[in-house]
Amino acid sequence: MTVQNQATQLNTEDLLARIAELETRVEALEQAPAQDIEDRLAMVVFSGDLDKALAAFIIATGAAAMGLEVSMFFTFWGLSVVRKGRSFEGKNAIQKAFGALLPAGGDTLHLSKMDFFGAGAALMRKIMRENDVTSLDELVALAQDLGVRMVACEMSRELLGIRDDELLDGLELGGVATFIGDASRSKITLFI
Amino acid sequence: MTQNIEITQELDVRGLNCPMPLVKSRKAVNALPVGGVLKVVATDRGSVKDFQAWAKTAKNIELVGQEEVQQDGQTLYIHYLKRTS
Repeated sequence: MTVQNQATQLNTEDLLARIAELETRVEALEQAPAQDIEDRLAMVVFSGDLDKALAAFIIATGAAAMGLEVSMFFTFWGLSVVRKGRSFEGKNAIQKAFGALLPAGGDTLHLSKMDFFGAGAALMRKIMRENDVTSLDELVALAQDLGVRMVACEMSRELLGIRDDELLDGLELGGVATFIGDASRSKITLFI
Repeated sequence: MTQNIEITQELDVRGLNCPMPLVKSRKAVNALPVGGVLKVVATDRGSVKDFQAWAKTAKNIELVGQEEVQQDGQTLYIHYLKRTS
């Protein structure tokens, strides 16, 4: 009898210890964000071309409408997509040159192919209007309306000399960790 | 099959292209009561597969019917979306 009691007691203690161990492991798993893959889409927008920006925003707004949480990370030439205007105040010569040459927003972007110094992009905008295709500026506004997270890369912003007030309102500023933080919890990750 | 569906609200997205039919429908579905059905009238041919994919991905939407109708020499793509939760 005593031997049997001892055995059951030992088993209960063992089990309680195992439960405690499993509980701590579950807690650790729950707190680890990288384990938590959700209905998310994370996108790097590297290109400042009109066609690629259009694709990025059509995917972003479509995904947001489907119920995915979307975050877009604008880096390097991609910053010209979320640039709303130009200002030259307080910039050095190189930054001024960059500022003048880089497009600023939907109406100034060029096509990646067949641009012909802007004529191609102008024709593209014309046929888009004629076919009732949503313009890039409308898509950007729509994305903001749908709660798409938009982050501008702080390092590229500084490198290209783009001032905060040249960027769209409601944009966040962040670095690689901001993107990876979102991407590690995403089902879909795209580089455009 | 689609004749027996009770429609709560109708949405006209004729002339609109991707992604607008989806975005407008999402907004309309959000305003729908649970169990309500949204009828979407579109001219975008891509919307047929789009709405099927959306219903498969989304947890609270069911595609209860789709049909094609010829009207004034134009093909209309009609979708019936039900909000399930």
